[in-house]
Amino acid sequence: MTLLDVHGVNVVYEPSRGTRIWSVREVDLALEEGEFVGLVGESGCGKSTLGFALTRMLRAPARLENGVIQFDGVDVASLSGEVLRRQRRNGFAIVLQSGMNALNPVRNVEDHFADILKAHARSGEHHPRAAVRRRGAELLGKVRLDPAVLAKFPFELSGGMRQRVSIALVLALEPRMIVFDEPTTALDVIVQKAVMKTIQELQQESGFTAILISHDLGVVLESTNRVMVMYAGRIVEDQPSKDLVRGLHHPYTEALLRCYADPRAEEIHLAGIPGSPPDLSLPVSGCAFAPRCPLVQDICWKVVPPLAPLGRGLAACHVRAPSDKVPGAKAVAAKVASGRVGQT
Amino acid sequence: MRQVPDGQRASGKASSVPPVVVDGVSKIYRVRGRGSGRFTAVDNVSFTIPPGSAIGLVGASGSGKSTLAKMITGSERPTSGSIRFGELAVESLHANGLRKYHSRAQMIFQDPYAALNPLHTVAYTVTRPLQNFLNMSAARARDRVHELLETVGLTPPGQYAAKLPHQLSGGQRQRVVVARALACDPELLVADEPVSMLDVSLRAGVLRLLADLRANRGLSLLYITHDLLGARVITDEILVLHKGKVVEQGPTKYVLQNPKHEYTIQLLDAVATPFATDGNGSTR
Amino acid sequence: MSIVTSVPPPTVPGAAVQIPPGRASSVPGPFRFIGRSLRTLWANGKARIGLVILGLDILVALLAPLIAPHSPTATTFPPYLGPNATNWFGTTGNGQDVFSQMIYGARISLLVGIIAGAVATFVAVTIGLIAGYRPGVVDEVLSFVTNLALVIPGLPLMFILAAYLKSRSVWTIVLVVAFTSWATGARVIRSQASTLRTREFVTSAQFSGERLFRVVFREILPNMTSLVAGSFFAAATAAVMAEASLEFLGLGDPNTVSWGTILYYAQQQNALLTGQWVMIFAPGLAIALLALSFTLVNFGVDALSNPRLREKS
Repeated sequence: MTLLDVHGVNVVYEPSRGTRIWSVREVDLALEEGEFVGLVGESGCGKSTLGFALTRMLRAPARLENGVIQFDGVDVASLSGEVLRRQRRNGFAIVLQSGMNALNPVRNVEDHFADILKAHARSGEHHPRAAVRRRGAELLGKVRLDPAVLAKFPFELSGGMRQRVSIALVLALEPRMIVFDEPTTALDVIVQKAVMKTIQELQQESGFTAILISHDLGVVLESTNRVMVMYAGRIVEDQPSKDLVRGLHHPYTEALLRCYADPRAEEIHLAGIPGSPPDLSLPVSGCAFAPRCPLVQDICWKVVPPLAPLGRGLAACHVRAPSDKVPGAKAVAAKVASGRVGQT
Repeated sequence: MRQVPDGQRASGKASSVPPVVVDGVSKIYRVRGRGSGRFTAVDNVSFTIPPGSAIGLVGASGSGKSTLAKMITGSERPTSGSIRFGELAVESLHANGLRKYHSRAQMIFQDPYAALNPLHTVAYTVTRPLQNFLNMSAARARDRVHELLETVGLTPPGQYAAKLPHQLSGGQRQRVVVARALACDPELLVADEPVSMLDVSLRAGVLRLLADLRANRGLSLLYITHDLLGARVITDEILVLHKGKVVEQGPTKYVLQNPKHEYTIQLLDAVATPFATDGNGSTR
Repeated sequence: MSIVTSVPPPTVPGAAVQIPPGRASSVPGPFRFIGRSLRTLWANGKARIGLVILGLDILVALLAPLIAPHSPTATTFPPYLGPNATNWFGTTGNGQDVFSQMIYGARISLLVGIIAGAVATFVAVTIGLIAGYRPGVVDEVLSFVTNLALVIPGLPLMFILAAYLKSRSVWTIVLVVAFTSWATGARVIRSQASTLRTREFVTSAQFSGERLFRVVFREILPNMTSLVAGSFFAAATAAVMAEASLEFLGLGDPNTVSWGTILYYAQQQNALLTGQWVMIFAPGLAIALLALSFTLVNFGVDALSNPRLREKS
């Protein structure tokens, strides 16, 4: 069943001095229960902002301008205060990039669990120390940590262990959806692999819906079963992960894939993407990737491409995935495909 | 960009660049409080950077690679062992000797946001080494700055010269860092994770820049990273460091295709496998 | 006042991408620096109020001979008068016009406040920078001295020094105040300097061949502008209050006219009993307002070290 149904989300940054930036533009997406989705993009594409918007964690000067965020049938975009706080128990939660630094340095791990269980206790629920210890050990076990960690303080744990603790704390809320915002980026490269493996196993065992936000396409393709690519505040592609490494895709996705290679291969062709993303303080007419796109056509400069079917998923490209809603798009796509119109 | 084919050396200048010989270098820190009080960051490491070559120091954080880089550039002193840059004994340089060494051995830093003084323009940052080491007049310095900015791909140079760091993107800042390092035509360039904080789409550009510089100017390059792809693309030979010791060493492509030590295997495994091929050709 | 430990990378997406036409300047000349600093401070609401009050005080002090209706020291008026047509604030027990005294008094208070604040800050910056930049013995010694100066209570030390020194002039007060208030600033500046010392742009400057002097004064210090300015305004505030206290207690020069001496004489001459409430209220309010203005301006100094906040978009 559809757990998360999002329509028309726009997020704007309004610093008190300086220009307004529209960092998330007209995002629609739908997640089924139990899906593990990756949200991929480079700096400034809006992926973290979107993750924060979905879990209602945006802080000034960022603002959810409009949009509907239906979580299990309830529009959480319009909630606030205590009602919103209640949603975090057995609802949605977020694990932050520097979650390991969000631990209170003067309290041990067990105190952290006690804190979170008490804060979200339903009326009539009690959490005596013994129960906290039991639950804590159980949750630590889920993230592959020894129960002895309960007695430790954050400074006594390594970065990877601290990040696992912050994941365990989130699990204490029994969430149905967890957003992981670059959970392993701040960790050492070998520890990254181990922690991602744990997250993957955890998701499979517990069955919660998960969104993994990352700039690293490799990590995302390895752990998730569905991936969404973001560019300039919009979702430009939405495919099953296995489908992404081959076949035709949105030109940005293809360009991104060309930036990765296996270091063991016999010959390596490493590419970058020339140019830079557009200035998000200005309205962008047409496709945001047009200035850097090898397949750009006239229509790309005028009309924003909507997400349309491509393969088993969706892509927002007039040439690769022409939409019925855009007059003339199918004709252009056909011309390019047949090679009659040169690629600019 | 294609990788620099194995075995390619720079033309012409290579013979004048001295080799860097690291012999039995160790760095032991005394730690107050916890444990035995001694922390070995680098443990008896020896290797050579032949003239005009690119060597990679590969390892995860805590492996000692950054400490080794600092010792090679003179920012830190080894506890034991020697580092020779040609005839020069780097480990015993002080004040003025160290300053002169910096005009020949430069460093490129990891964090493009922290490596530039937020209050100085690009022109100021790149001009300082010219004034300090070469005593250039303002006019000549200005021309040289423009030349350097063009070399690193920041064109039109006149426009970039007046910028402050916060007006530039990460990739552009890193290019400014490279420009500053090149100002005095160094013979050795030590690059400490130069692309790890950049977006993937920007990495190839900076890596190509480093490879071109090495090929065109014949300088020696020491490339420090945990990213094996970058090492593969730029370096001829790599050393894998684990807990301060060299655990594997050899020609880059060979080591990556035939890893022997379990740590090397772990590092390779950490590179996400979706792009893994069956050994021939790239994925796309 | 926060300690700026780093200029954050552009978190606003796309902001660093377009190249807007920039303003060409390396480390700016002093006048441009002051002009830009004033503009930055003016942009902050609280700082603006502080600047206005301070500006008025400075104007009054500068134009004193022109705006004061009478001489402040001339004892030509009938004593113990309340506010009237000739003497807006009444007269002292010696027959002096209080209003004129108030106007001329601004000079001393401002002078002592600003100069003592500047001297204290100068000492604090010198000691703090050296201690912060050179770890080891130098740092240990300087930190010890700083801590010692912090532990000794400032006000009593001031009184003892002022009472002990033979000469009783404004400059004595300036020195005494500066001597007792440099330590807090030194501690804060040392802490920030030692953080900045390990920043990569400092290492980068060393690789560019910069010598110690330039690294400290052209790389580290400019990044501490907010902190130094904040220290200055804090020290100036303290100096104004300290100066008033010393003079009120009679430890200043009784022949000078300042807000503190007005209060001294008010107390000596039992102004409360004679119903001369203005003589107590006016100088007290003026001192408080001046101190307040420095504090308000301090709210705006954070922006000085952050080049991004300076730029108009």
